[in-house]
Amino acid sequence: MVAHLIGVLFDGISYGSLLFLIGVGLAVTLGLMNFVNLAHGAFAMLGGYSTVLVMSRYGVPFFLALPVAFVVSAAVGALLERTLYRRLYRASHLDQVLFSIGLTFMAISAATFVWGPTQQPVRVPSFLQGQVQIFGLDFGAYRLFLIGVVVVITLALGYLVERTRFGAQIRAAVDNQQVSAGLGINVDRIFCLTFALGSGLAGLGGGLGIEVLGLDPTFPLKYIVYFLLVAAVGGAGTISGPLATALILGVFDVAGKYYVPEIGAFVIYALMIVLLILFPSGLFGRRA
Amino acid sequence: MPDDVATRPVRLPDDRWHPLEIVFWLGLVTAFFLFPGYRVLGSQILITGLFAVSLDLILGYAGIVSLGHAAFFGVGAYTAGLLAVYGWGEPITGLFAGAATAAIVGYGTSFLVVRGHDLARLMMTLGIGFLLFEAANKAAFVTGGVDGLSGVVMWKLFGVFTFDFAGRTAYLYSLAVLFILFVVLRRVVASPFGLSLIGIRERSRRIPAIGAPLRQREVAIFTISAAVAGMAGALLAQTTQFVGLDVLSFSRSAEVLIILILGGAGRLYGGLIGAVVYMVAQDILSTYISAAYWRFWIGLLLVAIVLVAHGGILDGATAIYRRLTRGRS
Repeated sequence: MVAHLIGVLFDGISYGSLLFLIGVGLAVTLGLMNFVNLAHGAFAMLGGYSTVLVMSRYGVPFFLALPVAFVVSAAVGALLERTLYRRLYRASHLDQVLFSIGLTFMAISAATFVWGPTQQPVRVPSFLQGQVQIFGLDFGAYRLFLIGVVVVITLALGYLVERTRFGAQIRAAVDNQQVSAGLGINVDRIFCLTFALGSGLAGLGGGLGIEVLGLDPTFPLKYIVYFLLVAAVGGAGTISGPLATALILGVFDVAGKYYVPEIGAFVIYALMIVLLILFPSGLFGRRA
Repeated sequence: MPDDVATRPVRLPDDRWHPLEIVFWLGLVTAFFLFPGYRVLGSQILITGLFAVSLDLILGYAGIVSLGHAAFFGVGAYTAGLLAVYGWGEPITGLFAGAATAAIVGYGTSFLVVRGHDLARLMMTLGIGFLLFEAANKAAFVTGGVDGLSGVVMWKLFGVFTFDFAGRTAYLYSLAVLFILFVVLRRVVASPFGLSLIGIRERSRRIPAIGAPLRQREVAIFTISAAVAGMAGALLAQTTQFVGLDVLSFSRSAEVLIILILGGAGRLYGGLIGAVVYMVAQDILSTYISAAYWRFWIGLLLVAIVLVAHGGILDGATAIYRRLTRGRS
């Protein structure tokens, strides 16, 4: 019983850390640019397909394919930010939603066209398969690895945002764009770089997540609710908000599917509504 | 236009029917005789048009962005469908039952939706949509789940007209319901209540300052909109005698949003024109483009509308019309 509980908790945390990795970029776009980017999942999908492609076609090992996923998604993100997204920063939320739904639809169709509608397989290195025994309990090796990666990335992100000059500029721009621009911060460049970083992390998450989330063309729509929740409930400008939200989501989702499979995804949508009612302005509050 | 406000005395919009409106409705009637082979498609266009009009009430008028409007469409559809399955196939009462349950669900959820800002509303509607979809999916013993609800048997309309496979009754029935609802809604949006909705869309913070209850108005229009969407769903269930799980899907919510934006939001006719253009185009192009790639072009169209052709077909047409009439005088 307790072992079960720990197992569910562990699976939930690894699932949640993946959601955090993908969703944190959306939190930044939402907080910094005030942009509702429903196409965020498409960047994760792009990362996933890049991973599969370089692994199957060029025989690149898994650990080298992941940085490729990051770079490809970040580059495409930066390109789209410069050409399309930036035109809509001041547009209404409706326009942003329509635009990003349009992008999502295009991405889904394009992925179907290139890779077909089926699930893509990924072969993780053999030492990440199977179980690892710790204190007499079995843990999935890949999930442990996942948590490890996300812990490292979270610490790096925390350092970036809290300790570096670039991080200070991001925080300043989230707080007040006009004043930041007035102080000589190149807000335009910050936008582009953070957008690329967020897209890249989503791409990395997409590549890491094939084993857990699967990868098919409907990916961006299937998980958009999760990413949006991480971003909207977590709030922007902090690392801890989205992280806490993602972990809560992950644990509840796994627990729901494990203990009450009859009602399936119902748990997560109910949780979404409850979270939105309890924290209308984000888990740790957010600027108006 | 601000100078219009300054020069003209303040009054309600005039309620006379523009000749173009009469032409539009006569066109829908003549389409029945001109394209007898397309009456089934025609009735679905009318139903989708009604659904888009219901979304226009909250989006185009009150400015509430909804990503889960199919929730109410689906509730209406399942209500009418289930009534017919369990032995009450009378269409008119079924229609009202669909509207009523959708209105109840709409009223209940409206409080969750209107309390937040744009993003929270968006997510709340999205969440409600997914929640109902999942509920219908898991309650397969009632709804039939992914297989859909079959065994819907409709009685004759008014005891006279059978629902035939050629869509004869379906088209005329849908057209009649659409027209009657449209006349009512056209009056509603031109009333002081309707004007206050536009006020909410433009400057919601100032609405309490002129003494109008903001939240109450939003709840009211959200409920009305849900009822109309429910009626559209009930119509679909009755005319096709089947309810698929897709009536509640996110795709349907997104599609109706696209149709409304394509036609032009905030003028009731936008939803209807959008439905005609979208569904006729889909029908013609479906022979050339498979359904999986149709979405690509819809996506491109959306991006183009947002970036270039803001305001949809009706705004474009209005601009051309204004230019033409100005040239004449």
